[in-house]
Order: sequence, then C-alpha cells, then structure tokens
Amino acid sequence: MKRHALITRLWHWINAAALIVLFMSGLNISNAHRHLYWGHYGFDPADAWLHVTRFPAWITIPQRYDLAEARDWHNTSAWVFAAGLLVMWVFSIVSRHFWRDIATRRGDWSPRVWVEAAKAHLPGGGAKHDASYNAVQRIAYGIVLGVFLPMMVFTGLAISPGFEPAAPWMVDLLGGRQSARSLHFIFAWGLCAFFIVHIVMVLLSKPIKQIAGMIAGGTREGSSDA
Amino acid sequence: MPDIKRRTLLAGMAALPAAACTELAETGPAGDIFDAAEGWHRTAHRALASRQALAREYAPDDRSPDVKGNGTVRVESPEYRAAQADGFANWRLQVGGLFDNPLSLSMDDIRALPQRTQITRHDCVEGWSAIAEWTGPQLSALLDAAQLREEANFIVFRCADVLYGRDYYESVDLVDAYHPQTIIAHDLNGSPLPEKNGAPLRMRIERQLGYKHAKYLTGIEAVASFEQIGDGKGGFWEDIGDYQWYAGI
Repeated sequence: MKRHALITRLWHWINAAALIVLFMSGLNISNAHRHLYWGHYGFDPADAWLHVTRFPAWITIPQRYDLAEARDWHNTSAWVFAAGLLVMWVFSIVSRHFWRDIATRRGDWSPRVWVEAAKAHLPGGGAKHDASYNAVQRIAYGIVLGVFLPMMVFTGLAISPGFEPAAPWMVDLLGGRQSARSLHFIFAWGLCAFFIVHIVMVLLSKPIKQIAGMIAGGTREGSSDA
Repeated sequence: MPDIKRRTLLAGMAALPAAACTELAETGPAGDIFDAAEGWHRTAHRALASRQALAREYAPDDRSPDVKGNGTVRVESPEYRAAQADGFANWRLQVGGLFDNPLSLSMDDIRALPQRTQITRHDCVEGWSAIAEWTGPQLSALLDAAQLREEANFIVFRCADVLYGRDYYESVDLVDAYHPQTIIAHDLNGSPLPEKNGAPLRMRIERQLGYKHAKYLTGIEAVASFEQIGDGKGGFWEDIGDYQWYAGI
C-alpha cells in the first residue's frame, strides 16, 4: 500500500498551485482598498481595524497593479481550489483516510504529548518515520483541512453579492460582508504561515524522500527509512 | 551580502508563478478560461438562488453614515452643470432601442411612477461597502410601459459622465433588468441624489458590484447585442480595463 493515495497526491499539487495563485492574486486585490473593517459596511479608512501594507508588484499576480486581471486569476483558481477541496473531503471520509490518519485521538490535545512529539524529532530522538502522523501533525493537518481551507471558501462566497441571496445566513454567521472580507484575509495569512512551516518541516526531514513520496506515493511501512 | 542574495532568491521564487501567469494571461487561452469561469459563477449564482431572489435589505439603523462617491464624482460638461443649476427640471431619460413605444421621461414622470424604496448594501469592486436607502421606479415598469420587443437581450444604460475621454455606459441581461430590486434611483436616504452618487438618476443592480450601477443616467436602450457599442464588452470598465461583464463576485 502506498503511503499517499493517488487522489491525495493529485489534490496536494493541484491545491498547492491553486493556493499560490489565489494568494498572490489576492495580494493584488488587497492593494485596491488597503483597509479592513468589521461589520456589514466599511469604506472610510478612519473606521478600519487594520491598514494593510501595499504589497509590492513582485509578489502579486499579475506583476503590476491590475485589479481586473487579478480578479480573473482569483475567481478562476477559486473553482479549482473549492472543487478540489470538496473532492478531497468526500474521498477522505469515504476511504476513511480522515478517520485513520488525521482525526485526533484521545490524548492528542495535551501539551505534554506535543513536547514528546517534538523531542522525538530532535537528533537521537528516535521518531518513527513511518506513515502515521504524530499528535501535532494530526492537529495541524486537521485544522488546515477542516477549518482554514473551508473558511477560505465560505468567507470568499460571503463577499460575493451574487452568491449572497443563495445563503444570506452565511454572511450573518460571519458577522457581515466586511467581517467576512477581514476573515478571508486573516485565514489567508494563516494558510501562508502553515505553508512556510510545512516547507521548513519537509526540508528538515528527508526532503527528497518526502517530496518523492508525495509524487510517486512512497511506502506505508517506511522500511526504506530504517 | 548574503541578505540581498537571499532576498533576490526569495523574490525570484515568488516571481516564478507570477511571471508564468503574466505570460499565460497575455498569450491567449487564459482569457477564454477566465471568461468561462466567470460564466460558471453567474450560472451557479442563478442556480443556487432563484433568478428573482432578493439581495438583503437592511433596517434604517444599519445604514452607513455616507455612501462613498467613486469613479466620476463631478460631471464637467456644460450641459450637466446647467441642468444641475436648474435642479434637473429639464432632465430627460430616453427609453429607446428595441421598444415598440419609446419614451422620453422627465424627472416628474419618473417620480410619478410606482416607487420602490430599499435599504441595500453597495459593494465596490475595490472591496469596500456602504449601506443606504434608495428610492425609484423599477426598471421592469419602464420596460413594460415602453413595450420591450422580443428580440431584445440586453438593456444598456447611457450616462452623462465621461471618464478618460470615454462615455460611461453599462449593460445587464434581462434577468437582472427585470429583477424586482433593479430600480432607477433618484433619492438617497430620502433626499435627491448628491452629485457624487449620480444625480439626478442612477441604476441599482443590487446583486452585482458597484461599477454596474450606472450613474448620471440619460438613457435606457434595449439591444439584441452590445457588440457594436463602445469596444463591445458591455460596459465602460469592461472596455477600458477588461473587468468582467458579470460582476456578481
């Protein structure tokens, strides 16, 4: 049995590409009105809870300020991202991938367990580099898959005036359109933080094997790791 | 200078997808994919809610202190300045194109029609929102009075303002034209529209972004296709900046 199912690997890379395009085009969109508000309305920078920096062109898509084209990249990639997330969730539940690998177990929510997991990854810590995730990984992947990624979809939908009549309760639940816009921004940066930690962790733990595993599938027993 | 090198490297890594995207967008098929994706958004919105589903309406206390003026906030033409000076007493709204009974309406004619008052949120493509009360006749009443012809597919809004040397205009399809909240507003929060918000008349297209809500309205034109108007993309920002014609997202 492979360590990562084919559908997981496909989703991982498609999702990564979609997220990068969404994030960088999102920074371009942010430059159009660099103030965030709470509530239903907000247009006066004096009422903003956060004044956002102007993101430089080199980190945005496209690489100049162009709201129309940035929105095209963003609203097109959003389909890939949202459809992919839906497929991945259906697969994870039907195949029991979620229950087997990601759902937290009794005892996972204990700082002592987290410290143990971290210690095991220090030199000589004796961590098993097998297919199973430790408590910290289960919590991190669970929060990203179950909260951060879906919240990007929900907050994004709630900003859309054409979608709102289909589910006005969603906008209310999020505290109004401008609150949804603020949350969209906050969760996007949360995902950016996850992205950085995720890459650092891969680089610190046999990166070639990890990346090859996410491409070719790897082995579930991790015997080659011994 | 390792710091500069690291920054250059980071910039290069970030620029890679961006440069690839810029290349793609400017060389062809991406534009078609973007337009298709926007079409799917429109289809999905109209499938999930009914075509006549209302945008949220708010209570008077929910209104924002003001509605920001954006795009044109002052119309410089001598005709407009003169019209404003006499309180728009001679302002006419021409209802023409594919109608059996074209109309020319004065402000009094427009105020004499059945009125709809709605407190709705105005969402700008830039990201900000304002909430205000708008009053005016439903566009559907005008389309019926002027007897829209069967071959009409779109309603084009003609405006008095000129931006970057071009006449502002916009268009919607008949689903949005006949939507109950699509009104020709003359009052904002119970007073005549201020100039920055489109005096004396502006459209409210409540399920789309602000650039669809044409201001300084002079005419309503029914057409089979908007390909021959402006650059053929259906609106001022669509022509000049490649903004999407469907602005529901």
